[in-house]
Amino acid sequence: MAKRIDVKDLNIFYGKFHAVDGVTLAVPPRSVTAFIGPSGCGKSTVLRSLNRMHEVTPGARVEGKVLLDGEDIYASSVDPVEVRRTIGMVFQRPNPFPTMSIRDNVVAGLKLAGVSNRKQLNEVAERSLRGANLWAEVKDRLDKPGGSLSGGQQQRLCIARAIAVQPDVLLMDEPCSALDPISTLAIEDLIGELKKDFTIVIVTHNMQQAARVSDQTAFFNLAGVGQPGKLVEIDDTEKIFSNPNQQATEDYISGRFG
Amino acid sequence: MTTTESTLDRPASPPAFQPVSGARKTKNLVATVLVGLAFLVAVVPLVWLLITVVAKGFTALLSADWWTHSLKGVLPEEFTGGVYHAIIGTLLQTLVCALIAVPVGVLAAIYLVEYGRGRLARTTTFMVDILSGVPSIVAALFVFALWIGTFGLGQSAFAVSLSLVLLMLPVVVRSTEEMLRLVPQELREASYALGVPKWKTIVKIVLPTALSGVVTGVMLAMARVMGETAPVLVLVGYSKSINFNIFDGNMTSLPLLIYTELTNPLPAGQLRVWGAALTLIILIMLFNLVATVVSRFSAIKTK
Ligand SMILES: Nc1ncnc2c1ncn2[C@@H]1O[C@H](COP(=O)(O)OP(=O)(O)OP(=O)(O)O)[C@@H](O)[C@H]1O
Ligand SMILES: [Mg+2]
Repeated sequence: MAKRIDVKDLNIFYGKFHAVDGVTLAVPPRSVTAFIGPSGCGKSTVLRSLNRMHEVTPGARVEGKVLLDGEDIYASSVDPVEVRRTIGMVFQRPNPFPTMSIRDNVVAGLKLAGVSNRKQLNEVAERSLRGANLWAEVKDRLDKPGGSLSGGQQQRLCIARAIAVQPDVLLMDEPCSALDPISTLAIEDLIGELKKDFTIVIVTHNMQQAARVSDQTAFFNLAGVGQPGKLVEIDDTEKIFSNPNQQATEDYISGRFG
Repeated sequence: MTTTESTLDRPASPPAFQPVSGARKTKNLVATVLVGLAFLVAVVPLVWLLITVVAKGFTALLSADWWTHSLKGVLPEEFTGGVYHAIIGTLLQTLVCALIAVPVGVLAAIYLVEYGRGRLARTTTFMVDILSGVPSIVAALFVFALWIGTFGLGQSAFAVSLSLVLLMLPVVVRSTEEMLRLVPQELREASYALGVPKWKTIVKIVLPTALSGVVTGVMLAMARVMGETAPVLVLVGYSKSINFNIFDGNMTSLPLLIYTELTNPLPAGQLRVWGAALTLIILIMLFNLVATVVSRFSAIKTK
């Protein structure tokens, strides 16, 4: 349950393109860390390298270390499938499996891992849906397709699906950017509750959101077009938003660029 | 003086919407007529063909024997017998062809979409392109040279199926490839993020999502090879009776029956030709219909 992440000197490349340069940061367990920064500075890239999801992109590779409770997830003996089971992910656009019912969506991870005990699956489905604050809305239509829900509900369904496999860490890439303010609020509340059990890293373009939900904030920036993105600073959210160490952070947060 | 007057007559500002100019009206008319003509040129032959086939072959289909009997022992001038043996032949040859072409084609498409990188994938795509341009007579000749020439095996329905495979394979690969590419990358990533391995993601997430389209593509490809004539002329002999053995003996299919009966100038022969043609069209239409129904049925539900 809820492990810490230490990133050490992480460089990420897409083929020859050096996308992210020398990121070092630490994410304590049971906390929310927000990644902010202008578009293209490598927030998603860093996030995806935390559970080796970038390997899906042909030509993408990393140098450096990512430690999960001290264990290097890039060690040659480590199975990327196992890494992704331990470090779950929620995406920008809600993406429930279109062929599955709401219930099957939630327990998809378990089912595909071979769990077939109906009682156990139903229990996990209910617990995860409750955990994602969706149970009350869908409990009477668990057999309806996942695509029949509203966008905000679908995103919470995706969160339920991600927590159903009981990961240690939850990565979220702009989980609210496709949602209306009410659904966004629902998800922000949810993140506040989820951090009791999970370590959470969230990418967001919404400064208020970062300030509201996160314990610490990492600001990434880009020296120029074609240059690699860099981590400018990471600190307690309060500090970043009131009195950052770097001028660039203050400029970005106060809306002077980006 | 006149200029001042006309200036005064004009409204203060010109109206926002001008009336449609004459030139544009003419252009519109010309274009409408051209499109209408093109439509007629496309549709008239089709309707004409259908009317001809129905008119000349319809009466043959009315007898129960047509659907249940072969032509065994039927003399050229007799109006008795039926094309049951040819329907069986067509269905068997198509089915055997599909049994080979569908797994190979679907797996090849999965390879191309999910795994294919670099030279092997490019070569495969190139080969599929070439294959889809091969005329059916060439496919038939190739199987003839290989099966009957090199291996010394006899003519059979199976040889026909093999050459149909060559014609069906590129269609299946292409349509399946297209359907798999339509599955959003995000679904695959969502599955990976749950700790599901790649092969399982393909089998349990990607394929079910694309299923309806894949099945439709396969059915249409089957309907397409059903009427192929060159292979049955080259690779199997004509028979008046029923044969279920695809590896041995002559087996008639509807195209072969049509071709053979064409040499029979008697009214009974002509009726059989048109009747078989209509039967073939109906069979193919049924397949297309089943394809539509299946795709409706397996389409992703959102309600
Ligand atoms: N699949 C890819 N192939 C090649 N380059 C990529 C790929 N994905 C991202 N990049 C590049 O890596 C850099 C960082 O992109 P990334 O998506 O991480 O930015 P981001 O900070 O998430 O931006 P946004 O806020 O717009 O989502 C960009 O220059 C981008 O063009
Ligand atoms: Mg991004």
